[in-house]
Amino acid sequence: MGLEEKLPNGILLTSVEKLVNWTRKSSLWPATFGLACCAIEMMTTGGPRYDLARFGMEVFRASPRQADLMIVAGRVTNKMAPVLRQIYDQMPEPRWVLAMGVCASTGGMFNNYAVVQGVDHVVPVDMYLPGCPPRPEMLIDAILKIHAKIMDEPLGAARAAALLESGASTDLMPSSERFAKKK
Amino acid sequence: MTTAELLADDPIWLILIKVVGIFAFLVVMTLFMINWERKVVARMQQRPGPNRVGPNGWLQSLADGLKLAFKEDIRPVLADKWVFFLAPVISCIPAFVAFSVIPIGGEVSIFGERTALQLVDLPVGVLVVLACSSVGVYGIVLSGWASGSPYPLLGALRSAAQVISYEIAMGLSIVGVVMFSHSMSTSDIVKAQGNLWFVVLLFPSFAIYVISMVGETNRAPFDLPEAESELVGGFHTEYSSLKFALFFLAEYVNMVTVSALASTLFLGGYQTPFGLGSLWSGFDNGWFGLVWFVAKTLFFLFVFIWLRGTLPRMRYDQFMRLGWKVLVPISLVWIVAVALVRALNNSGEFSQQQFLIILGVVLGVLVLLSLLLPDRKVEEDPNAVPITGGGFPVPPLDLEVPKAPTRRTPVVANLPKEPVAVTASKEASDGDV
Repeated sequence: MGLEEKLPNGILLTSVEKLVNWTRKSSLWPATFGLACCAIEMMTTGGPRYDLARFGMEVFRASPRQADLMIVAGRVTNKMAPVLRQIYDQMPEPRWVLAMGVCASTGGMFNNYAVVQGVDHVVPVDMYLPGCPPRPEMLIDAILKIHAKIMDEPLGAARAAALLESGASTDLMPSSERFAKKK
Repeated sequence: MTTAELLADDPIWLILIKVVGIFAFLVVMTLFMINWERKVVARMQQRPGPNRVGPNGWLQSLADGLKLAFKEDIRPVLADKWVFFLAPVISCIPAFVAFSVIPIGGEVSIFGERTALQLVDLPVGVLVVLACSSVGVYGIVLSGWASGSPYPLLGALRSAAQVISYEIAMGLSIVGVVMFSHSMSTSDIVKAQGNLWFVVLLFPSFAIYVISMVGETNRAPFDLPEAESELVGGFHTEYSSLKFALFFLAEYVNMVTVSALASTLFLGGYQTPFGLGSLWSGFDNGWFGLVWFVAKTLFFLFVFIWLRGTLPRMRYDQFMRLGWKVLVPISLVWIVAVALVRALNNSGEFSQQQFLIILGVVLGVLVLLSLLLPDRKVEEDPNAVPITGGGFPVPPLDLEVPKAPTRRTPVVANLPKEPVAVTASKEASDGDV
């Protein structure tokens, strides 16, 4: 980005990086964007039983200008692909894409002329989530993995090199982790 | 000693402390309010709500705000560069300025200096709040115009119409309070409520003020300017990053301000509620006033959240009809009634008892007269389709199902029966063999 590329790699920069990444993972606002049956599962994830609001993610922004995460929920047709790309282009950096379901990841069962065979032909994808459609638990698991990925984002080239050399990475939270109080 | 005289000899350091204090109070209230709203709405929808970020999720709004600051700031190509930048600033500054006239506590001593917990006490204090909220609309209108995109423009037009119409009802509801307190200064209004809060004396004014304050701050069920199903994000559709955060801040600070004004005008501001002052005189201490004031303001803020969790969004024409055809006429009639009653009461021609009797008789006559009013005729829709009769081809209700004609047996050509070709597969033999 600029100044931070030239700064020496020290305590200050790592702390800033940690803070920035923490805020980004703590408030990851998804764009309101559902394409097919996976969208129903995505809505369920926002509902009372699974409640994405726990992670501060119930704020599905209608305007892509305020969104951080695009959950591609469903198969992308060739007609929809330019729309999807436009929404992605309208989102401000930093932004993440989650290909939800097997259709968004690979085209899935729709192996035909009308459907894009994987949304990674159109936009860069950060996380692939299999399933047809994946259950809300799987979506939450994928989102938690994106959170872990965000925590590892380096601030500038020097930090990227240092991170690569050390090989350190944030532990992925197992999806079997229980948060509810033990009864 | 009046509050204005108390505040007049404030040294500059004390004024600075108060300015910083009010600013910090409003920002902290905004952060708290966003979190509280999300948690309360979640509980109303049987969800847990934010609980991961910080202790019990209470740092959620802080993380949101910081994240917005670290995001890319986009200015669309068609946007007007300077106005696009100025609009969130214009909507934010008046929101903070309006709070300066609110008395948030009684007479206290700060570092040995006698003062009141209020930044300024203007003789036109209430008007300052109204003026500031009007100026705040410019921010919204300009943001819609400067974005260079149709959705924000429509949202901004709606917002302008909405705030202007509801500001009239709001101003009219304040007139009753001013008539009773003989002053427009906020601290005098609070002092005038020593015996009886204006919410009891002027309940219609209070109801109209509460309704119009929700309309004024663009909150649900009146959040038409940012209706997601119609206008994407409304006036802030094209805004990202810190500018969007400023709009958010302005909205919540406005909410805090109108709630604070509501408790000042109708709930006795910083005064001790429910006669608790007679239990322990310490309750009437100036610093304790801060507690009462914040409690009353939080009550109104909770009402905001409650409405949002309960009511669906209104249609635009219904909303405008409510403002112009219901709230404004009721306020006008109410003001005339209040003025009449006060004038008769002050003229001294009647004793208190006679006055009450006259008032009761007048009210009774009015109620009797209203019973004589004829019922409104049920309007007949000329385009309605008659259920039976008329020229329109509809089946009559008493339609009898005609008897089915007797079935004729089909005449089948008497073909000679040929043996079906015998095949090895089982599937082929599904006819009559």
